[in-house]
Amino acid sequence: MHDQATDPPLQKSENPFQKKITPQKRQDAVVSTVLRMATYFILICAAFIFLDIIRKGAPVVFQTEFPFVNTKFFTDSPETLMTFETEDGTFYKMDFSDYSQWKRDNPEGRIVEEHSHAYSGGGIFGPLVGTALLTIICIIVALFVGLTTAVYLNEYSSKGRFMDMVRLAIMNLAGVPSIVFGLFGLGLFCFVAPVITGEPQERSILNIPLFGGNFLAFQGWGTSMIAGGFTLAVMILPVIIAACEESLKAIPMGFREASLALGATKWQSISKSVLPYAFPGMLTASILGITRVAGETAPIMFTAALAHKDKLPWQDTDSIGGFFSQSVQAMPYHIYTVAARIPQSEYTKPMQFGSVFVFMVLVMCFAALSIFMRINYRKRVKW
Amino acid sequence: MSDETREGSLSTDETPGGSSAVAPATADTVIEVDDVNFAYVKGKDVLRDISMQINKGQVTAFIGPSGCGKSTLLRCLNRMNDLIPTAEITKGEIRILGTDIYDPSVDVIELRKHVGMVFQKYNPFPKSIYENVAFGLRIQGIKSKSVLDEAVERSLKLAGLWEEVKDRLDSSGLGLSGGQQQRLCIARTIAVQPKIVLMDEPCSALDPISTTIIEELITQLKDEFTIVIVTHNMQQATRVSDRTAYFYLGELIEMDDTIKIFNNPSRKETEDYVSGRFG
Ligand SMILES: Nc1ncnc2c1ncn2[C@@H]1O[C@H](COP(=O)(O)OP(=O)(O)OP(=O)(O)O)[C@@H](O)[C@H]1O
Ligand SMILES: [Mg+2]
Repeated sequence: MHDQATDPPLQKSENPFQKKITPQKRQDAVVSTVLRMATYFILICAAFIFLDIIRKGAPVVFQTEFPFVNTKFFTDSPETLMTFETEDGTFYKMDFSDYSQWKRDNPEGRIVEEHSHAYSGGGIFGPLVGTALLTIICIIVALFVGLTTAVYLNEYSSKGRFMDMVRLAIMNLAGVPSIVFGLFGLGLFCFVAPVITGEPQERSILNIPLFGGNFLAFQGWGTSMIAGGFTLAVMILPVIIAACEESLKAIPMGFREASLALGATKWQSISKSVLPYAFPGMLTASILGITRVAGETAPIMFTAALAHKDKLPWQDTDSIGGFFSQSVQAMPYHIYTVAARIPQSEYTKPMQFGSVFVFMVLVMCFAALSIFMRINYRKRVKW
Repeated sequence: MSDETREGSLSTDETPGGSSAVAPATADTVIEVDDVNFAYVKGKDVLRDISMQINKGQVTAFIGPSGCGKSTLLRCLNRMNDLIPTAEITKGEIRILGTDIYDPSVDVIELRKHVGMVFQKYNPFPKSIYENVAFGLRIQGIKSKSVLDEAVERSLKLAGLWEEVKDRLDSSGLGLSGGQQQRLCIARTIAVQPKIVLMDEPCSALDPISTTIIEELITQLKDEFTIVIVTHNMQQATRVSDRTAYFYLGELIEMDDTIKIFNNPSRKETEDYVSGRFG
């Protein structure tokens, strides 16, 4: 057994693991290269987008002197930017309001070359406010309708053909292009949705008399933030419903059974032993929906958004109804306007990239918040 | 059931009077199952011709191989099967305290207040220990702190958990051990003072020590409650129950005093099962 001589000596020159190139190995190399390239392609695209926006947008928002942030960009609303040269060759660049002031202060100043750049001056306060309002309305409406629908689908409805079709319809809604939602919102919320009013307008389709000389008039809400908010809500309903249903399904059947077995009514069981535990999950998932809604242009283009508005929403009205029935500026629409609907020049660039940069950072913060909340929520869930 | 048992007694040399289950409902009978068929899906009966009587203040054990319908029958007794849309009793009647519980005039909410249930997988709510026990009373609209305090203390004491948790009633019920959680669930069930407590394999997820504690608890609780327990554990059935029902493939093969079922059953099938020669 231990006789070494019987074992053939290992010859160094014959490596049994010598590299051999076989067709299979070549195929393997090609496939892994292609896969890697595809992944890198996405990375390169993402890096290019982010870096370009940061490179051109960050200088608009940040500055080297205190307070290091260009506060004016956040507190002013978009204005026309004026550029001009005086006779003595000095070059001026200022917002339109400053320009009027300057002309009053320098009545003798002769202007030789003057250009105006629409929407390129001021800041983005108006669009930010508008987007915030639209998003808030959207979330309230979408959460309410989505939550109730999900509770009905998951807890009350009986399983069957019809319910399967309802679910299918909801899921298909997710595939409808957003411009179609925009037109739908225009048709329904802007032109047909009911309002209570003393004097119905000519265009009202149907007037149902109510007490006190008022009418329920189907005349629509006009182009308004509430119409936009509702349109956005309808658009993300499929996402919200799916998210809510998912959260409801994650609640153990045992909670429902236990409370029913204690003599709870169905609603008591749902409201006390299901919804409280499902709610954080629903909210978390819905925040991701917010990020999508905030960035949509098409649904608000016809229903709510204005390229320019002098006054902020609360400066324009003194009633609640008036507040919600006015149009607003909105970030995505503002970006569309400055990017595609005005003549381009070097003076329009700061507004363009600044807006995109701020908006991108905001949306990414929301997405990050949503992910953070989800992780946190998963950790807390114990059942 | 009468058919079953009579058949059983005839085919053996037993004295015919041995099957006390055929005795007519007495004042002590709280649950009467009368020739019941039950189907989850139309046309497929999973319970067939079940008749039995369950007596007040006794522990009744349901035994039988997996899938024979023990849980199904148990869940018929507090109408938990109502949650399954197509499920229904296709024949017969279940009477509790003399009332047909599937009669349209019966309010299932009221029924479940009288017939509580403890589940196989302990399922306390993610609430405090106190709120878990108080849940059943709160949903009945009881708000008085003193009433709730009193009920929580009494139920936890009955469930043998009071000494262990009295200093941390406000901490989460999920922070307890498995056995404690199951006792918390028992406390939660008895807090609404049901007449009957149904238990579906209450110890199957527990370690032997917790199991022993719960078994002791069950024997103490039977003074106040009528208990029906499903178990796979033969020893458990002998330890805790007064009467035992053996099910096989959706039929009640035999129901009798536990001592008799385990020592001298009328039916061959029962003997094979309880002695482990099943199959
Ligand atoms: N929700 C349901 N829908 C349809 N069939 C069901 C349902 N629940 C149980 N069944 C069927 O009914 C029969 C009896 O099931 P049941 O749960 O009552 O058995 P069991 O005796 O409790 O078994 P185990 O000891 O495994 O708990 C089985 O054949 C099972 O497949
Ligand atoms: Mg079972």
